[in-house]
Amino acid sequence: MKKSSFWLGALGVLAILLAVAEAKVLINAAGATFPYPIYGKWFDEFTKADPDAQINYQSIGSGGGIRQFTEGTVDFGASDMPMTDEQISKFKNHPLHFPTVLGGIVPTYNIPGVTQELKFTPEALAGIYLGKINKWNDPELTKANPGVKLPNNEIVVVHRSDGSGTSFVFTDYLSKVSPEWKSKVGSSTSVSWPVGLGGKGNEGVAGIVKQTPYSIGYVELIYVLQNKLAYGSLRNAAGTYLKADLESVTEAAAAAAKNMPADFRVSITNQPGKKAYPIATFTWLLIPSKIDDPAKKKAIVAFLHWMLKDGQKDAGSLGYAPLPKEVVAKEEKQIALIQ
Amino acid sequence: MSAPPPTGARALILRLRSGDEVARLITLTFASTILLVTAGLVYELWSTSSLSRHKFGLGFLTSSSWDPVTGQFGALPFIYGTVVTSAIALIIAVPVGLGAAIFLAELAPARLSSAFTFFIELLAAVPSVIYGVLAMFTLVPLMRDYVDPFLKKTLGFLPIFSGTIFGYGYLTAGAILAIMTLPFIISISREALLEVPVEQREAALALGATRWESTWQAVVPWARLGIFGSVFLALARALGETMAVTMVIGNDPAIHASLFSPGYAIAAILANEFTEATGDIYLQSLICLGLVLFLLTIVINALARLLIIATTRRGSAHP
Amino acid sequence: MTLRNRWRKTLSYFMLSLTGVCAVVAVSLLFLILGILVYNGWRSVDWNFFTKLPKPPGEPGGGMANAIVGSLEIILLATIMGLPVGFMAGVYLSEFGGKTFAFLIRYMADLLNGVPSIVIGIFVWTVVVRRFHFSAYAGGIALALILIPITARSTEQFMTMVPQTLREGALALGASKWRAIATVVVPAAYRGIATGMILGVARISGETAPLLFTSLNNQFWGGGLSDQTASLPMMVYTHATAPYDDWHRQAWAAGLVLLFGVLLANIAARLILSRGIAVQK
Repeated sequence: MKKSSFWLGALGVLAILLAVAEAKVLINAAGATFPYPIYGKWFDEFTKADPDAQINYQSIGSGGGIRQFTEGTVDFGASDMPMTDEQISKFKNHPLHFPTVLGGIVPTYNIPGVTQELKFTPEALAGIYLGKINKWNDPELTKANPGVKLPNNEIVVVHRSDGSGTSFVFTDYLSKVSPEWKSKVGSSTSVSWPVGLGGKGNEGVAGIVKQTPYSIGYVELIYVLQNKLAYGSLRNAAGTYLKADLESVTEAAAAAAKNMPADFRVSITNQPGKKAYPIATFTWLLIPSKIDDPAKKKAIVAFLHWMLKDGQKDAGSLGYAPLPKEVVAKEEKQIALIQ
Repeated sequence: MSAPPPTGARALILRLRSGDEVARLITLTFASTILLVTAGLVYELWSTSSLSRHKFGLGFLTSSSWDPVTGQFGALPFIYGTVVTSAIALIIAVPVGLGAAIFLAELAPARLSSAFTFFIELLAAVPSVIYGVLAMFTLVPLMRDYVDPFLKKTLGFLPIFSGTIFGYGYLTAGAILAIMTLPFIISISREALLEVPVEQREAALALGATRWESTWQAVVPWARLGIFGSVFLALARALGETMAVTMVIGNDPAIHASLFSPGYAIAAILANEFTEATGDIYLQSLICLGLVLFLLTIVINALARLLIIATTRRGSAHP
Repeated sequence: MTLRNRWRKTLSYFMLSLTGVCAVVAVSLLFLILGILVYNGWRSVDWNFFTKLPKPPGEPGGGMANAIVGSLEIILLATIMGLPVGFMAGVYLSEFGGKTFAFLIRYMADLLNGVPSIVIGIFVWTVVVRRFHFSAYAGGIALALILIPITARSTEQFMTMVPQTLREGALALGASKWRAIATVVVPAAYRGIATGMILGVARISGETAPLLFTSLNNQFWGGGLSDQTASLPMMVYTHATAPYDDWHRQAWAAGLVLLFGVLLANIAARLILSRGIAVQK
């Protein structure tokens, strides 16, 4: 490898780059892995609709999204956990929360030989993640699944290793249904998990469950659908066993749709409705209320309008639920608050 | 009568006229960047971890809680994981590496030895992330389906081989680290063995030793300083290995006795949680962990170099 | 032969064959690694891989064109920043160094060499990224910081191997010191120096950890060097840890391309060196 040809090649690459760097508005965003499949699709489609703007989204987890957004290293963030008052206080200009879609978190499992759909009680889920239920044929599980032959193998528990909004929603739910979980572990993007191994991102958890027999994990619905993983139904507060789907997730947001707080920060886990899926959540984009660069501001506002109208159409096919109409109307008004 | 030689500033300017002095100053400036960078590194690590150091003090090193919710951070699970995986790596790699080095230095004909060494040194060039991918898709199923159950069946009474088998965990991470550190042990031990004067082996053989006995009892002990040096060097590499370990260690910030269970290492948690640590104390605790790793690798590296230098400087003196 | 002697002989054969087994195992690891990568990745290294951009998660197809170019960009930056500095530092250490200062620099260079690359990434994050955001420049700086001490020490090593007589000859012919170095010593050692440089660049092109907090990643081409930039090692990492089979396929392909590049550079460097210098140690 001669030195001169190395430098020639390098110059060639430089020439290519300079040609490619056009005058586009480039926006960087980062955050939740929960909505990554639909955000990926949205940003791809938005660039086709408006070729001057390009939004590069990095799926690093809700914790990462909040952090990078706070540091200002990205133009906007994304999170399944609304920012806490303390996190908001770090901003000079109050950041705005924009819900984008509704999603459901499902218990996914990989049990060789079991093809039927499993039913999970809240006590079973809490027990498994607390480490008190360690075998698949534990009475708590066999009780709810009478027709299924559950093996005597140990449960391989998988949770998130990174700061995750999905974790927040999941632990929020567990805290509501299990007083022991609430006192021992609590709910946050990053908790001290009693057992199990950690995967990075929804992608990591799904990946590990897919390859590890006798494992269980919690991921957003789209990940089980796209990767053909098995997932179970959960017993909700009204006593019905429900799988996460368009109807049950939308139903979970019914009460919140009517009484949405002004800053859109709300939790919709374990809702009382009969058809409400128990682990459902909004996911938010975190947008600064003051954007200095006029080109970026125009692009971001355009994207938000696009998202609330055209973007919502993609939700169903990707396993998310579109926003309730009342929420969309309120968000359109909030866009005007961006200076 | 000649004028007195110019002093001070005039002397400097006169010296600068000569190209040599300019060359010296230029290269000196570039060389000083190394100093600047190292000093800067230590300073930044120290100062951006100050919050955490003041809050936890030396207790940081012995506390085993890692709880972002309550703001309690301790380094022990990560130090434990780093040490355990490195220890497993060495336990596997040192015998195999030493054996290979002995073969290459003592037994193999020169051309075979050079060819083998060439390939083994290429192993050291394989990027860590590629080892990680291989470990995830090839090693993890291998450990989970064959090796771990076998160990559990035969040695399951020992606490280190009991408990749930995940596939991801200390043992798998240690195994991939073993493969990654192997080339260093082989290459440096081989060089140390080649330095041993041929009279050592011949004297032992003359006294009636078998080939193996002469190697093991006369040649290897002579080279032991270099061999220890290679082990320390391998250890230093293992401590800092990031990507391969992150991908298979299981990411559980707790201390477990069983080698099958998931754990965490310092480099791994830095890779996973650095971009998302919300809150100052969280971030600074991570940087403090980075500082701990930095200090650890410096000490081990220094020991390694001392040992290796001692071998090459020793000449004919035999302690 | 007595029983004891028979035992000793058998032990000798056994142990020595064991060492042979160890050596064979070590060498076959390399071929095993190559084999697994080729087996899993060769089908995916196609025209699409080199020319298309990544698709959103879950959609099959796409490629890693931006990652390949991005990697080249970052490596180029690191090379431009790191090689000259390292080279000059090496020249200083071998030609001009006084006793204590040179010792200090040598010690610091070895120290930096041993620092885990993720700690370097953290350092660049605190100094560069916090002020200037994620960028290819930051990634290049991080890799340059790894490249400098490697290059410095290897340059010094090969320069000191040049016999003193060559220098003295040049000086005797009336050349000034710097002229002697530039026109005599460096050319004499250039093979070794070039080898060291190639090996260093090959080493940094495979690094992932320093890029985690500096250049991050990018779905598109990005805004050039001051923007987040995709790179092959990052792509391998993100795609391998995701659940999508199509991403796994691409991770294998990216890994194969990366490994190929690194190994090629290494083999070329070693061949250059072995065919080169006949220098007395």
